[in-house]
Amino acid sequence: MSAAPMPVAVNTFREAVRDRVLYNLVFFALLMIGAAILVGQISIGIERLVIVNLGLSAISLFGLVMAIFIGVGLVSKEIEKRTLYSLLAKPIRRWEFLVGKYAGLVLTLAVNTSFMTLGLAAALFYVGRPFVKTDALILVAVYFILLELALVTALSLFFSCFSTPMLSTLFTLGIYITGVFAGEIREFGEFTKSPALRVVTKVLYYLVPNFHNFNAIAAAAHGETIPLSLVAQNTLYAALYVALLLVAASAVFSNRNLK
Amino acid sequence: MKHGNPARAVWTAVVATPLLFAAIAALQMRIDSQTRSAAQEKDELLLRSPAVIKKMSLGYDALLADVYWTRAVQYFGARFGTKGATYELLWPLLDISTTLDPKLIVAYRFGAVFLSERGTGPGRADLAVPLVKRGIAANPDEWRLNIDLGFLYYWRLKDYPASADALYEGSKKPGAPPWMAVMAARVAQKGGSLDTSRMIWSGIYESNRDPNIRAQALRTIQGLKAEEDEVQLDALAAEYQKRFGRLPASVNDLRSAGLLAAISVDPLGYPYVFGPDGKAALNPDSPVIIPKEMSSPSTLSH
Amino acid sequence: MGAAAIEITGLTKDYPVGFWHKRIRRSLDNLTLQVEEGEIFGFLGPNGAGKTTTLKLLTGLIFPTAGTARVRGRSIDDVQMHREIGYLPEQPYFYDYLTARELLDYYGRFTNYTKTERRERVARLLDRVGLADAADLQLRKYSKGMLQRVGIAQAILHEPQVVFLDEPMSGLDPVGRREVRDIILELKKAGRTVFFSTHILSDAEMLCDRVAVLAGGKLQGVGALEEIMSLEVHAMDILFEPRADRALPAGLAGRVTRIGGRCHIAVSEAELYAALDELKNCEAKILSVSPVRPTLEDYFLRLVGNERPVSHGVEVITR
Repeated sequence: MSAAPMPVAVNTFREAVRDRVLYNLVFFALLMIGAAILVGQISIGIERLVIVNLGLSAISLFGLVMAIFIGVGLVSKEIEKRTLYSLLAKPIRRWEFLVGKYAGLVLTLAVNTSFMTLGLAAALFYVGRPFVKTDALILVAVYFILLELALVTALSLFFSCFSTPMLSTLFTLGIYITGVFAGEIREFGEFTKSPALRVVTKVLYYLVPNFHNFNAIAAAAHGETIPLSLVAQNTLYAALYVALLLVAASAVFSNRNLK
Repeated sequence: MKHGNPARAVWTAVVATPLLFAAIAALQMRIDSQTRSAAQEKDELLLRSPAVIKKMSLGYDALLADVYWTRAVQYFGARFGTKGATYELLWPLLDISTTLDPKLIVAYRFGAVFLSERGTGPGRADLAVPLVKRGIAANPDEWRLNIDLGFLYYWRLKDYPASADALYEGSKKPGAPPWMAVMAARVAQKGGSLDTSRMIWSGIYESNRDPNIRAQALRTIQGLKAEEDEVQLDALAAEYQKRFGRLPASVNDLRSAGLLAAISVDPLGYPYVFGPDGKAALNPDSPVIIPKEMSSPSTLSH
Repeated sequence: MGAAAIEITGLTKDYPVGFWHKRIRRSLDNLTLQVEEGEIFGFLGPNGAGKTTTLKLLTGLIFPTAGTARVRGRSIDDVQMHREIGYLPEQPYFYDYLTARELLDYYGRFTNYTKTERRERVARLLDRVGLADAADLQLRKYSKGMLQRVGIAQAILHEPQVVFLDEPMSGLDPVGRREVRDIILELKKAGRTVFFSTHILSDAEMLCDRVAVLAGGKLQGVGALEEIMSLEVHAMDILFEPRADRALPAGLAGRVTRIGGRCHIAVSEAELYAALDELKNCEAKILSVSPVRPTLEDYFLRLVGNERPVSHGVEVITR
């Protein structure tokens, strides 16, 4: 196992911290505090439900924004700022650099998400003391969100290897939204009369990452069990898709001439 | 021009900013007052199709369901008790909430009681029944929804066999309280009697945590109790007439005649009176309301 | 004669140009060159000649359209080759949120040094390039000259055998330039090979063993500095003060240049003694006689032609 990605990952994390990315936690904290205080007045009887829904949705949304906006700059920013020049003259392979950048952002997201989960737990505790056993499901939902973010990060990294930040954002967002609607698209295809369209939608369904697999927010909020098989499945799906994207990114980047 | 004075630029901003903001606010108020009439007439629900909203929610359905539910409660609360209020948006709001989150039990329960409420509500039992049935389909282990379905059939539609069925089905579900089976049997045998009705409403009261629903249940239970009391008082009055050849003028008469142990008061503490027709009636000061539901059923159009 | 530290064979780089990528711009054309171990090699050329392209090809930032290159026997495709090279890019940028110390430590992690070794080396290097005081300041606060020093530090941090420097003196004040020159000479003394590109000829003159001139993507000439300088015809420069009341000899008068109260005249070696006689005859005071050494600039301009003006920098010394 090569060691070169490690310092790159640590440095990427350091960059995020010094860029004050983690300040988004302040907004999250304010949001949770506000919600915890107001929820009792607005929605009686479903306080815990609302806090969990709001908290998990916010974790997902904040994380998504970060994964995309930082992700699309992972490679392109280094090329634009020419910081890559001296780095690539070192004994580090192109794919090692990519893996390092990827791991660094995923690490940042994991740290960020962990803090947010703590905040959610605090708000939940405030609103409905003691924790019940089903609250552990929230952790599963958070894990799924992390898998989702890891996937989105891989997507934005891939585009970052050859596209400008603006375009990469559009592509990544486009694929994300398509992925969320993957089920609907396939359904739509099944109801049409045109066989061509049916094939196209079916192919699209399998091609695009199916983000709806990772949505356990409602389940966690309602305390429904999430089967272990789903956890294993989602982990595998994410791992495979991330591997695919990193391999593709590697292929693109290893042949890229830096201006 | 010489290099500008930086201090002067700051002072200009300090002075100008509040003035400009005040002007902007004043202008906005003017704009609002001109469009106010148009917007406030209709409470707009821009999107009504639950399916569309669900698709647009990008995976954040559960949260959005809570938002719509909150809106439904506020919408209803603002209108409840207001004379001549319309409740057009209540059904769409509940429909959307439960489509976005089919496990939002509170929404089904709210709809069961208030969507079907006549007089002070929209009176749409025809929408409430499918709503609750949908809830049961999505939450097959939720016995409380069977109480709601049983309630709807019993109270709004006067369909006692259907009510008993719903209650019976519910009593078999995990966690169902023992009185559900009893209630089912009672409805099957004595559907329509005052004490059975009170039992149904007690079920609603006991199994709900929503304060609006509980308040409504309490009011109804009090009204039903009052009606029961009136029936009893009428019987005592008939007895009085047999003995004394005339109808009692007040409950005191009954007490003096030894037919009543104490002054009969309604559930809120107001003594009953006898009306000009000789029938027992509520004290005119009493806020207790006898539910009209007992006399005429709602219609269920399929 | 040492082994070749850098062997370039037929290296070519084409860039597709135009919206549909139909046309080709050839920025390096069939470069073949060898740099010996332990020498300081100057890579000269006007702006846009392809110097930076060559360096980027050698360091793996871009890929050749044709041709190969080896550094210390390893192909430029081999990632292990990078252990033996150091690279200072033109106008270097570094992560501006890091301090100099952190940056060097970061780059040091790609070597095999232990933590202690790394820390020591970094401290020593910061001292060597004169950044010890600013070592813990974020790079975003650094001036261009300071960044250049950081650049040199990171290029030699891991003691590479071959060092590639792209415009190493750029942005430095005279003190800085002197220090860089010293560093380059130290590297040579330690037996390393230095390959640096520049368009400031005086620097090359002072440091290089051999130079190559690149223009329009093509190699125009290569040679040892001494040979290049000695290719030119020698002339002699006579510095004298004419007597105020005596006119200058007719034959010479047209060729005299006056600077202040003094006169210069350049004559060929053959004419030297005759000219001195003539001056003696008009009682001019001879101040000095020195050979006119041809400059690198002359060689350069000859190869490149006068199409593109050469940047002089501040201190081109014409001897």
